[in-house]
Order: sequence, then C-alpha cells, then structure tokens
Amino acid sequence: MRRDQVLDHYFLEARSKLIDLAAFLDRLERADGEEDFRAAAFRRACEELLSAQPERAKRILLAFSDLSTELAKAPGGPACGAS
Amino acid sequence: MRYIEPHAHMVSRVTDDYAAMATAGCQAVCEPAFWAGFDRGGAQGFHDYFRQLTDYEPKRAAKFGLPHYAWLCINPKEAEDMKLADEVLAMIPEFLEESNVLGIGEIGLNKNTRNEMAVLEKHVDLAARHGQLILVHTPHLEDKFKGTRLILDLLAADGRLDPGRVIIDHAEEHTLPLILEAGFWAGITLYPESKCTPARAIDMLEVHGQERVWLNSACDWGRSDPLAVPRTALEMRKRGHSPEVIDRLLFENPKRFLAQCPKFHL
Ligand SMILES: [Zn+2]
Repeated sequence: MRRDQVLDHYFLEARSKLIDLAAFLDRLERADGEEDFRAAAFRRACEELLSAQPERAKRILLAFSDLSTELAKAPGGPACGAS
Repeated sequence: MRYIEPHAHMVSRVTDDYAAMATAGCQAVCEPAFWAGFDRGGAQGFHDYFRQLTDYEPKRAAKFGLPHYAWLCINPKEAEDMKLADEVLAMIPEFLEESNVLGIGEIGLNKNTRNEMAVLEKHVDLAARHGQLILVHTPHLEDKFKGTRLILDLLAADGRLDPGRVIIDHAEEHTLPLILEAGFWAGITLYPESKCTPARAIDMLEVHGQERVWLNSACDWGRSDPLAVPRTALEMRKRGHSPEVIDRLLFENPKRFLAQCPKFHL
C-alpha cells in the first residue's frame, strides 16, 4: 500500500485509539490512590510511540515484558500485562 | 474463499459457530487440548476430555461437513501438578491411535515455572518417541517473551526434532522473528484483546514473509471470534493482496504443515 492508502484505511481508527489512550491517562490521573508498576510500564511504552525508530510495536511489547531468564519456582498470579 | 481453522477450542463453542465457520468457507478445524478455564479434578477428567476430542466433537463438526482434528496433552497450567501430569502423559499413547489425532499439543509454558518446563520436556520426549507433530502454546502478555525463548532453547536442545514439524503459536511482533529464525513454524492468534489484530498480523507477514506461518482464531470460552481468520482475509483484500496470496496463507500453509501427519486429509 502507498502512504496515502495506509492513511485512507487506518487513520480514523488509529486517531480514535489514540484519543482512547489519552482519555485513559486522564482517567488514571483523576482517580485517587497510588499508581503501580503497570502505570509505570504504560508510560515507558508510550515513549516508544513518539520514537523515530521502526519496530515500535515490538519495542512496546518488550517494554511490557518480563526480560528475566531464570525459571520461576511457583506459578504466582495470572499474567497482568506488565512486568 | 476457503480456509483452515488450525487452532480452535470447539468444545467451548456453540453449534452455531460451526455453521458460521462452514458458511465462511472453513474446510477443516483442528482442536488442541487446553485448559478448561478451571482445574480438572483428576486424570479421569482428562480421559473424558480426550474422548470428547476424538469421538464426540468430530461428530458435531461432521454435521456441517467439517473434518475435525485434535491434538492431545496436559496443558501447561494444569501441568504445574506433576503427579497429575504424569498420569495424563501415561494415557496419551492409547489416544494417539485415534484417526483424528494429529500430534501433541498445545504444550508449552504458562508462568515459566520449573514444573511447567519439566512437563514440557516430557511431552517433547513423548512426541519424539512416537514421531508426532508438535503444537506449542506460548505464555500470555508479559510472560510471552521469556517463555518463547525458554521453549526455543528446550526444543533446539533436542536433536531428534525436525523444526519443520513443530509450530509455535501465539506469536507477536517481539517473538515471531525468534521463532522463524530458529527454523520453526509460527502461529499468529487473532484475538479481540490480548493477542493480535488482523491488521497487525498482516503487518508482520508483510515484514517477515508468510512461508512458515498460519493464522488462527484460538476461539475458546473467553472473548474470541471463531470467524477471525476469514475476517483477516477481508482485511488482506482491502490492502490489495490477491486471492492467490490469501489462499496460500489461510488454506495452503496450514494444509502443508498439517499434512505432514498422514491422517490429515481434505
Ligand atoms: Zn489454544
């Protein structure tokens, strides 16, 4: 696809998703209480959006990933989306 | 159009889903053994489940003209109980003789624990000894990257395996290149929330090629879409991919992998 075709197909959808993200951050900041590691991981991942480098999706996934290599002794809780 | 659904948990779906899939052009459905959403009470629960996958579910699919195939294992979540895992592993060989069983799966890791890893190794050994295809589940969300690397290391260390007979599923942008570079097949799962959208899946294929990749809906008891694969075909058409390219990806690719088991035929 040419760039104008990518914009024709995906711009409105991406615009809508970006506004949802902004509204989520506003909602998070309006709420009471402390943030946890998920919010920190989210803010780190957001920085990748504005990066000029390619593979943003991959780097955002890595920003949310457990990068350790040793096996866990016990399962702990279910996956929550950030590490 | 025609397509194969290579990963769907039909025991969790209503009969109308079979009708919708057949209407959309599905030619065959393959069902790996998985976690039921709750831990089963014991090995007998798995025996019943394997009977369901090899006897009852193929009959339900046949009402819509759909060949139904199955993969057998104890899923990584319940494999944390190693005594139970050994009991289930011991009953798998008797079911490998069934006419719709394609191999061992979906094995893999869930929370990347020592016990899960030990049971994964036992499943790989079982598959190698019985010459079975292997379907691997990679962990969810933040655990996927680590789990995928652990799985790739374990598989690479077993000299008996042909990577062309192993598919590693639920790949995303950060794991797909690792899987393909190691010579394995990769699966991309199209989920509304936790895994991958049609647009991202096609992006990955445009970047990394589609030679050893299949797409699946992995529809189960959670939020999932049994028509995710044909919906992705629509997305590919919107991007200008030809009907031949779409057919190769959604029909010929899974057929090429699955037909390595002589029991798979359309
Ligand atoms: Zn599955």
